[in-house]
Amino acid sequence: MASQDAQTVARSGAILPGDKVLEPSPMAQLRRRVFGHYGIIIGGVVLIAILLVAAFAPYLTPYHPILDQDLSNALKVPFWHCIVVEKSFWAAVFDGRSPFSWVEPAKFSWDHPLGTDLQGRDYLTRLIHGSRISLLIGFSAMLISGVIGTALGVAAGYFGGRVDMVVNFIITTRLSMPVVLVALAVVSLIGSSLWIVIWVLGLLIWDRFAVVMRSTTMQVRNLDYVAAAQACGCSTLRIIMAEILPNVVNHLIVVATLEMAHAILLEAALSFLGLGVQPPAPSWGLMISEAKGMMFFDAWLIGIPGAALFALILAINLLGDGVRDVTAPENRN
Amino acid sequence: MSDLILEVRDLVVDIPVATGMLHPVQSISFDVTRGETLCIVGESGCGKSLTSLAVMDLLPSTATCTATTLRLDGEDLQSAGEKRMADIRGNKMAMIFQEPMTSLNPAYTIGNQLEEALLRHKQVSAAEARARAIYLLEKVGITAAASRLTQYPHQLSGGLRQRVMIAMALMCGPDLIIADEPTTALDVTIQAQILHLLADLQKEFNMGMILITHDLGVVARVADRVAVMYAGQIVETGTAKQVFENPTHPYTQGLLECIPIPGKTERGAPLGSIPGIVPSLVGDLPGCHFADRCVHVMDACRTGRIDLRDSFEDAHVFRCLLTPDQSAANLKRGAA
Amino acid sequence: MLKFLLRRLGVAILVALTVSMITFSLIYLSGDPAIALAGESASNEEIENIRQIYGYDRPIIVQYGDWLMRAIQGDLGRSHYLKSDISSVIVTRLPNTLILALCAISFALVLSIPLGVAAAIRPNSLIDRFALGLAVVGQALPSFWFALILIFFMSIQWRLLPITGTGSWKNFIMPAIALGYYVTPGVMRLTRAGMLEVLQSDYIRTAKAKGLRPMTVLFKHALRNAIIPVVSLAAVQFGFMLGGSIVIETIFAINGMGFLAWESIQRADLPMMQAIVLVLSCFYIVITFLADLLNAFLDPRIRVT
Repeated sequence: MASQDAQTVARSGAILPGDKVLEPSPMAQLRRRVFGHYGIIIGGVVLIAILLVAAFAPYLTPYHPILDQDLSNALKVPFWHCIVVEKSFWAAVFDGRSPFSWVEPAKFSWDHPLGTDLQGRDYLTRLIHGSRISLLIGFSAMLISGVIGTALGVAAGYFGGRVDMVVNFIITTRLSMPVVLVALAVVSLIGSSLWIVIWVLGLLIWDRFAVVMRSTTMQVRNLDYVAAAQACGCSTLRIIMAEILPNVVNHLIVVATLEMAHAILLEAALSFLGLGVQPPAPSWGLMISEAKGMMFFDAWLIGIPGAALFALILAINLLGDGVRDVTAPENRN
Repeated sequence: MSDLILEVRDLVVDIPVATGMLHPVQSISFDVTRGETLCIVGESGCGKSLTSLAVMDLLPSTATCTATTLRLDGEDLQSAGEKRMADIRGNKMAMIFQEPMTSLNPAYTIGNQLEEALLRHKQVSAAEARARAIYLLEKVGITAAASRLTQYPHQLSGGLRQRVMIAMALMCGPDLIIADEPTTALDVTIQAQILHLLADLQKEFNMGMILITHDLGVVARVADRVAVMYAGQIVETGTAKQVFENPTHPYTQGLLECIPIPGKTERGAPLGSIPGIVPSLVGDLPGCHFADRCVHVMDACRTGRIDLRDSFEDAHVFRCLLTPDQSAANLKRGAA
Repeated sequence: MLKFLLRRLGVAILVALTVSMITFSLIYLSGDPAIALAGESASNEEIENIRQIYGYDRPIIVQYGDWLMRAIQGDLGRSHYLKSDISSVIVTRLPNTLILALCAISFALVLSIPLGVAAAIRPNSLIDRFALGLAVVGQALPSFWFALILIFFMSIQWRLLPITGTGSWKNFIMPAIALGYYVTPGVMRLTRAGMLEVLQSDYIRTAKAKGLRPMTVLFKHALRNAIIPVVSLAAVQFGFMLGGSIVIETIFAINGMGFLAWESIQRADLPMMQAIVLVLSCFYIVITFLADLLNAFLDPRIRVT
């Protein structure tokens, strides 16, 4: 009876001790998930491209974004204005001719493939240098707000009780104040410059960091290995740094990307209203603001920097969504 | 009007999964007559819940279901369209589910959900619907029924919610009730009450009932007929008396051996168990599905198709290559 | 339930008080508010005059207390620039912002809730991918650029809509779209996620087993439960719109609170700026409180015990 039982168990496919079970390593699994995710690939590639462009900005074009002004060269058009579409589009297609033709108007010159602005400054150069401003502001404001928000959120989540109550109160108060208005008011009173904008934004947009860090810390805090660390007598700071932070880091990255995008958008809006980065700096928001009066005839003046903003924000958002999908898909939405 | 309320022949359910095609229900056949309770018994994953969902046409959208015959009171359910099925569900046949705590919508009152079941299918006034709701709530043993109508599900205990589910199933006076493990999520003391209630209601309204369970104790209490399912197939069918007194399929025998009987099972004797695990139902599985766990397995068991054969009495069938006598001899030997 | 509400009310009042303190102290960021008000070319006499009129020479606590007391009674002071009562100016401008925010939130809800429901019914289908794609694009679009693009096509190229002013209802179409689309991704995703989750619930299975019609199952049973968090979100976003409409209002020259804030910032009209931030913050606090109430009302598990 015993041997038959053993045979039966073996044939049933049970896994016995001593069997080797092969499975891809966690790193390999992660790599597979990351590279299989379209959002991460597209967002990552675009973001890296923009980072490279920003890093090598002075070397990419022969012009200076601010100083190379040439009023006689003002308002040259970008290259796609050379593409002329025949009025009888379909007739041309049926005839076998191409309905597109290339005509270089006087207002175009290959010296300025993306045209020039009202003061004759090369638009491509301004665009490239504008990326530096957006990236710098976005990253710095994100860092500042990240430090503030994470400190508040982790403290609230870890210590609970009164600390939690106080932090919640602070968050609610911050949420009750309209960010754009307060930022505008502050900047108008103390003057606006690149670093003032960075600090004002950083001191205002930390709320999502705090909320997310608070809830994830609360979840992690109740796990067994935290209790184990406390039982070993580890100091609070050590527990937070060594046990809690590594486990909330993936949520932190997701929120960080979202807030960087948020900061970039806010700076663009502030600059658009004239209370952000000041002219003649090539901030994209400022470029759109300067061009809005000429929207009737030269719409590309607002189209180009806006599209650049859109591309940058989209890339960052895709990357953030992708990181969240890969590391914690249950937090979707 | 015949007594036969549900006829099922060769019911097959297939579900495509990542690793291939899953066959959770393979050629099931059974009948249910009015006033009779058919218990479908089996362990988790044997396909009994999916069988009931297939009859009600509530399978997930990826699943496909075919049958040679699937008739409810003479009407072919397979050719009935979506609209007709929606008219039949809750009306001619109703289902009671396992988890009373989550089976009621938390946003609406008990009364609203009860009356909705009736108003959907029959042309009655709101007052009539309300009256019937109160009548049925009292029938299922809920006191102060009128005041319960305005309560919300979260204000009721699990046992009460299951009673409400039963009342809801009865609102339109169905001919067939399918109860999928109705007492599994309830306390043991409440279990007995609910089972009694179901049996009484069935007799009173002369309905056919399919009771799905994994608990042999439940089967012993309420079943008229029993169908034992294993790995997607029915391995033994008969009256409760036949299956309990003369289990002829090795699986049924193993199941019954697992139950300690006060007075008969010796103290300190090891509890019976069936070694091994349920086979994967993905892809083809030739021969008997129980072969890997069967103590009496032979080489012939692993190939070809094994059909149902008659046991000692009429209407008692089992799916095995052994003859009834051989099986009975095995049983006696095992008990010795 | 009552205890819960009272506690929320208490917190709301405390928050409002804190906000008022912060708002009040904002004007001291520039150093001496009297100088800021008087302007750069003012003489010392004029500065001193202003200091007297606005009481900036008193201790801060007294100034704050006085300002707060008057604000509670509805007197928000006098605008230095407009030489008129701040409260009356706000009262004339507030309705425009309210109308704009209402139109914007309506546009957002009408677009995103059906999309979210449709996406949830058929996950991974074309409509689902379209909805998610729209959400991704919407989140990346700067609002002021989108507004300009709308103007370019609707007003300039196709001459369908007027650009500025508040004359007719047509004036509010583009601003509402420009303000509302930013809320759309969040609401759509929340609706979709909520519906996806709710559609897996046991009570939906019960509803189907009762033979209820698909529309009934979808709307009466599923959406009713999935919409609860969405209502809260919409209310909060409405509050944000009240404070965040400044960019849209300046582009479309809508005479609302945002435009007023813009003007007063340009003119360094500090008392007006203070009053606007205070009023908008209080609106937001009230709206979130009402959203909590609405939330509790919609979920019987909170409302009835």
